[in-house]
Amino acid sequence: MTKRQKRLFLLMCVLLGAFAVSPVSYGMHIMEGYLPVTMSVCWFAVCIPFWVLGFNSIKKNVEAHGKSISILAISGAFIFVLSSLKIPSVTGSCSHMTGTGLAAILFGPTAVSILGVIVLLFQAILLAHGGLTTLGANTFSMAIAGPIVSWLIYKGLDKAGVKKGVSVFFAAAIGDLFTYCVTAFQLAIAYPSQDGGVAASLVKFLGVFAPTQVPLAVVEGLLTSAIILGLESYASSELTDIGFLNGSQKA
Amino acid sequence: MQETAKKNNNGVIIGLIIIAILIAVVPFLVIGGKAEFGGSDDAGSEMVAEITGTEYEPWFEPVLESAIGGELPGEIESLLFCVQTGIGVGIIAFFIGRFVERHKKETEAEAK
Repeated sequence: MTKRQKRLFLLMCVLLGAFAVSPVSYGMHIMEGYLPVTMSVCWFAVCIPFWVLGFNSIKKNVEAHGKSISILAISGAFIFVLSSLKIPSVTGSCSHMTGTGLAAILFGPTAVSILGVIVLLFQAILLAHGGLTTLGANTFSMAIAGPIVSWLIYKGLDKAGVKKGVSVFFAAAIGDLFTYCVTAFQLAIAYPSQDGGVAASLVKFLGVFAPTQVPLAVVEGLLTSAIILGLESYASSELTDIGFLNGSQKA
Repeated sequence: MQETAKKNNNGVIIGLIIIAILIAVVPFLVIGGKAEFGGSDDAGSEMVAEITGTEYEPWFEPVLESAIGGELPGEIESLLFCVQTGIGVGIIAFFIGRFVERHKKETEAEAK
């Protein structure tokens, strides 16, 4: 293939991908009204401390380094984009990514709880996707539990001396998967199976979400690595400000 | 030397994005005709019905759906999803564009 043909082929792939994605209209947050009232309230209660911590951490960051707000905006927008793209998977159903890994790695997991809830509110109110009553539960899985895992994995691998791009990949991919494991768990405790209880339900719900999500988690890892590499080249001073890069190793 | 390092970075970024697109597109091309590509959300509600043995009646309806008194039409829903993507891409492109330009100015200033 000539270069031109390659480009055309790539363009076709992109367009096909776009067509494949647009007509399908569900992802996998817990649906509106699908959790019992007490559980909805409990999940909200669990989220509140994270929202408070997250709000403070963002405020502190922006006060200390005013310019870091542009990185924050990019991280939030990244969640907007990735969680709006529903991607076909090998199982023949569609699912979308979370996009929360980037913000978790750059700003820590508590800040993500704020960015994530903005996206979830947008989807719950305008798209009937997820829901207001399940907002607490969905925030917990997508904007708290997943990001905490991403952040821990990133910190761990980084300490172990793994290359940044590689640790970012694993952090984002596994955080994405973990989000869906938590969703499955939340549904399982709300709907324990008559024979086998919560565990049997969990296996069933995981069976629905996990196979679809695995390739998407890989995609999310790849895209998160890509945007971090890009930011490293062009926004090294901001990344140094928020503590992602050491001052000494200026790109 | 700095310049070559950055070139490599760009190559890696493009490579990563291409792999990501392939992972998304290949399953569709292979089984696209046979599979429905519904959402795993739907599969989730079906599973709830299977476990509880009855069709579950959600106790709260999506606010927009109760406001318009029915299901959100598919076309409108994809429009709103596009709005979401558009907002995100716009913000990312704006800031990355600024960073790239700034970087160019800085390297030019350093060269002088």
